[in-house]
Amino acid sequence: MANVNSPKLRRVYVWEQPVRIYHWLNALVILVLIATGFFIADPLTIQSSREAGDQFTMGWVRTIHFIASYIFFFNFLFRIYWGFVGNKYANWKQFIPTSRHFFREMWQVFKMDILMLRGKEHMSVGHNAMAGIIYFFTFLAFLLQCLTGFGLYASMSTGWWFPSLFSWVSAMFGGDIFLRQVHHWTMWFFILFAVIHVYLIFYHDYVEGRGEISSMGGGWKFIEDDVFDKHMELPNEPPKS
Amino acid sequence: MDNPTAQQSPTYLEEFKRKGYSRKDFLKFCTLMAAYLGLENSTVGQVVQALTNKPRLPVIWLHFQECTCCSESFIRSSHPIVADVLLDQISLDYSETLMAASGHQAEEAMKNTMTKYKGEYILCVEGSVPTAADGVYCMIGGKTSMQILEEAAEGAKAIIAWGSCASNGCVQAAKPNPTSATPIHKLLKGKPVIKVPGCPPIGEVMAGVIVHVVTFGRLPELDGLGRPKAFYSKRVHDTCYRRPYYDAGLYVESFDDENAKKGYCLYKVGCKGPSTYNACGITKWNNGVSFPIQSGHGCFGCSEENYWDNGRIYERASAFPGFGIEATADKVGKVALAVTGAALAAHAIMTNVRKKKLIKNLEEEGKQSEQQLKK
Repeated sequence: MANVNSPKLRRVYVWEQPVRIYHWLNALVILVLIATGFFIADPLTIQSSREAGDQFTMGWVRTIHFIASYIFFFNFLFRIYWGFVGNKYANWKQFIPTSRHFFREMWQVFKMDILMLRGKEHMSVGHNAMAGIIYFFTFLAFLLQCLTGFGLYASMSTGWWFPSLFSWVSAMFGGDIFLRQVHHWTMWFFILFAVIHVYLIFYHDYVEGRGEISSMGGGWKFIEDDVFDKHMELPNEPPKS
Repeated sequence: MDNPTAQQSPTYLEEFKRKGYSRKDFLKFCTLMAAYLGLENSTVGQVVQALTNKPRLPVIWLHFQECTCCSESFIRSSHPIVADVLLDQISLDYSETLMAASGHQAEEAMKNTMTKYKGEYILCVEGSVPTAADGVYCMIGGKTSMQILEEAAEGAKAIIAWGSCASNGCVQAAKPNPTSATPIHKLLKGKPVIKVPGCPPIGEVMAGVIVHVVTFGRLPELDGLGRPKAFYSKRVHDTCYRRPYYDAGLYVESFDDENAKKGYCLYKVGCKGPSTYNACGITKWNNGVSFPIQSGHGCFGCSEENYWDNGRIYERASAFPGFGIEATADKVGKVALAVTGAALAAHAIMTNVRKKKLIKNLEEEGKQSEQQLKK
């Protein structure tokens, strides 16, 4: 028996499987990179009775860091590619403002979610414009972290041609001493981002009840029938998300 | 003093013989230099040939804002011929510290070399050039160092920046850099400059660079920062004999601890070896006796750009810009994290206050659905 107050929800497939895999792989390697990165910057004191020659602690931590950084880099490249071939919620236009609508929505989000004022109730199906532009900044941070990281890695790697593509970075930053500081500073952006990101996911799930948290699991979000219809009414407009 | 440029016709070998060195000494020297340059065994002959047949290169060696430690390092390079060659025999036509002449004679010697050997002489520069207040902070013979440098660079065959001052400014260029000390490659636009950074650079490295220019008649292969690859392509860390301790994770925690006695890695007490490109780990100093890490002190990073401002000597982390010298990135980060946490907590509380109705509606809606399901 339907209730008047209960709106019907419609299921929308927002995050495709490649996007979800990208997201969780990214989350995992970033955690690994931060943990190993902290260790590399300031290693723990090891008390061991084993011979030095039998130990390889820093060596392993660095190996893990490097493996994770390769995954991070190619995962990032894949996400950029997916921004051109994926669905509209994954499209690059979600991140880079190309219309006035984008800025209007950013203002709305700022009003509603930060100043806690009244605003238009529902604006986006994917992530909102404010989140989009912040993700764009994180992509820039990804880029900076890849450049500085592989720039530091270039001179210690003699394995194959790929790391040497980054050997110009060190010269651009005027040497490794400064370069590694920049690499360390940028890591803090990742940490702060992760904390705020997780909080906001809970926040949106809590005040909107549209399945924000689980959407990165199954890919679905749930929107009210009338909102769905409103989006449907304007077939010529770019996706309002 | 006679015009010193008149003495430049003999070859290197002739000069060695005149000095009393045997051919064996000469060959030893050539082999040593080839090895330092990282040349193949077969190219030793080329070095021998060059030094046997080629007339000595005239050299002008300028001193600007510096401490002369580069010259000191140079004249103390391990092999006796190195010192002799470089001191007497590359015909140092002008070097404030080492020449016998002074005043007008010295100025004339430089002028003679510059005109007679235009396009042939090597210009070596030790020290940075102050550009503030029209360069008055460093003047020699009534000219600013900037003017002298420009004049001398005009007809130089090769320009070598000795040491960190000439290569990247070193201590004079450290904040706040009152004299606007500038490394020479920034002033000599369009001229290739061989940077041989270090405070000082290793004497053998300096000799090697000169021998390379003499032997092959061109600049050695340079890296992205203009340093000869033969000496600056590896980090001190990569050639450090304590490297196995680094990989094992065994570190000196403080300079007087047990680990320091055992000779563990100096990474945690601020060694800059992992970010410093130099040949110290292989060539070492004072006739291969030792280098800083071997003596129990971390690398300073003296051959790296801006090492005075970028790093702390005894710590890994450096100051995060804009937050005072005590604030490292981790300290700033922790505070930022705490502030973020507090802001999010405040936001969560405000959400429950301001969006009370909205949240209540959602809850009601859910409860109703639950009620209906019971039926």
